[in-house]
Amino acid sequence: MIDWLLLFSNAAQEIISPTTAAYALAALGLAIHFGFTGLLNFGQAGFMALGAYGYAIATLTFGFPVWGAILFGIGASIVFALILGVPTLRLRADYLAIVTIAAAEILRLLFTTNTFEPVTGSANGLQGYKGGFEELNPIPEGTYGFGPWVYNEYDWWVRIFGWGLVALAALITWRLMSSPWGRVIKGIREDEDAVRALGKNVYFYKMQSLIIGGVFGSLAGMIFILPRAVVPSNYQTSLTFFIYAILLLGGAATVLGPILGSVIFWVLLSFFSGFIARAVEAGWLPFMSSVQAGQLRFILVGIAIMVIVIYRPQGILGNKKELAFVK
Amino acid sequence: MSSSAGANGAPVKSTGLHVGEPAPGVKKVDPIIVADGIKRQFGGLTAVDVEHLEIPRGAITALIGPNGAGKTTLFNLLTGFDKPNEGTWTFDGQSISGVPAFRVARKGQVRTFQLTKALGLLTVLDNMKLGAKGQSGESLARALFPWFWRKEEEAIEERALDLLARFKLDGKKDDYAASLSGGQRKLLEMARALMSEPTLVMLDEPMAGVNPALTQSLLDHILNLKKEGMTVLFVEHDMHMVRHIADWVVVMAEGRVVAEGDPHEVMANPAVIDAYLGSHHDQDLGEPDTDVVTAIKELAHDDADESKH
Repeated sequence: MIDWLLLFSNAAQEIISPTTAAYALAALGLAIHFGFTGLLNFGQAGFMALGAYGYAIATLTFGFPVWGAILFGIGASIVFALILGVPTLRLRADYLAIVTIAAAEILRLLFTTNTFEPVTGSANGLQGYKGGFEELNPIPEGTYGFGPWVYNEYDWWVRIFGWGLVALAALITWRLMSSPWGRVIKGIREDEDAVRALGKNVYFYKMQSLIIGGVFGSLAGMIFILPRAVVPSNYQTSLTFFIYAILLLGGAATVLGPILGSVIFWVLLSFFSGFIARAVEAGWLPFMSSVQAGQLRFILVGIAIMVIVIYRPQGILGNKKELAFVK
Repeated sequence: MSSSAGANGAPVKSTGLHVGEPAPGVKKVDPIIVADGIKRQFGGLTAVDVEHLEIPRGAITALIGPNGAGKTTLFNLLTGFDKPNEGTWTFDGQSISGVPAFRVARKGQVRTFQLTKALGLLTVLDNMKLGAKGQSGESLARALFPWFWRKEEEAIEERALDLLARFKLDGKKDDYAASLSGGQRKLLEMARALMSEPTLVMLDEPMAGVNPALTQSLLDHILNLKKEGMTVLFVEHDMHMVRHIADWVVVMAEGRVVAEGDPHEVMANPAVIDAYLGSHHDQDLGEPDTDVVTAIKELAHDDADESKH
């Protein structure tokens, strides 16, 4: 029989898991790019990879302290944003999409290739970079929590740090988007020529937006690797599309939407994968092997997202009024 | 009718703008834009080829010409939205050749578009506020700290509400601009341009797609710009409007300026009639474009009307 309690408690754990926080932060960066500025960035996985590898390489190869490694990862993503933005932001939006999707793949392949194995660890990736972060942990040793959320001191530290960053990023985004700067950014999304005609340096604003969203992406990459190892295959194009799914689910031009979207996405994913695995074990799906069942969860999540996008295209937190005017 | 109207209901026209005989490229007493040798080619097609053109300050100048004459292209070149193959031009005595569009706008030369560019998913009020120049809250570093720009923002909002009231859009201030009608969007675009306190307002077909009920109010707004000391340059197809409000008319055809002058004289100029009807218009080559014929007839009719006064 299926242990429903275990299923629900596993799903509930995802609500505060660091992976959920990482996806939320990456989606928030994408909200700045796509939802507010109208930049079609299809390379958010690349920004996340830069944050993850930047942190790990700075720690392992250069021996940087934690703050130095974080700054190194941020710096790498700023350079990446400049490289992507300088040639493409003067062009139409679709060029940025093509360039970002290709650049993110180039990055992943560079991290995977054997040539740089001593630094990147090639396909095996990197580990053993968590020492400095562990030392900063103010929580005394032990196990804390209640209900399904019982973790040791490191797990709590990762969660607090990760969600703290998400909260800070959300606060910054909210402040920015309710300022005159945010007004220019949203104007650019609607029609950049009109904004240009009003004397705003559109190119400069788009570059700022690309950098801020990219930095959020790289910070997300750092949160993402705290509970696991750095593995290049985590940064495939599908990661970008999961983040887009989260963004559309929550509401593209909202601040809290990406966060709520990430929570819902991971709770659903965890619930479906647990449910299907156990349903196969219990013999409810006799036509299916457990390997096939592993893939089925993405199909179910896909269907759930399709339903939401069809019946609530502005996202869960989006403004219904906007819908009347979608071109 | 606005207070700029004369005794017989027609707006007061500015005269004495030019030096010497009105001809293409004639010198102006006080030009705000001086353009020299502007050429723009798209492949083999020369869209604009203007030898010399001066736009008089403090007056309403109309840029007319048949479709494809290069009016909008010239507009784009003068405002920095397009770059010419050759040529130089100055605004207010400063060279702005090759200066990007946003810098041109900051100098006080603001434009609107033929296809209205209201920022649909911004509220009407936000559209207006976006027009204000030199906002410190638009810098990324200060945007995070509202106390740097809150006061400025309040002043901008007050000015925006004031302008919206003048354009009778204040009731719509919290609606998305996308919910406005075509004519209201034209009004909003013009009001938004005024938020930047320009010296030269360039309107690309302000009357296109505007219903007749709004036409009069748009005309009054344009006349008010002049009254407040701004210079207006506009592209228009509606000859009636050109005759009614323009102080000076520049006629383009096939990329060149073919005639200049005050509206009444220029309409009678053979070069203008050639531009609209072709130089063989008196020979029977089949059915001419009925719209153009109607427009020309209307003009002749207008002239006859006014000479009676």
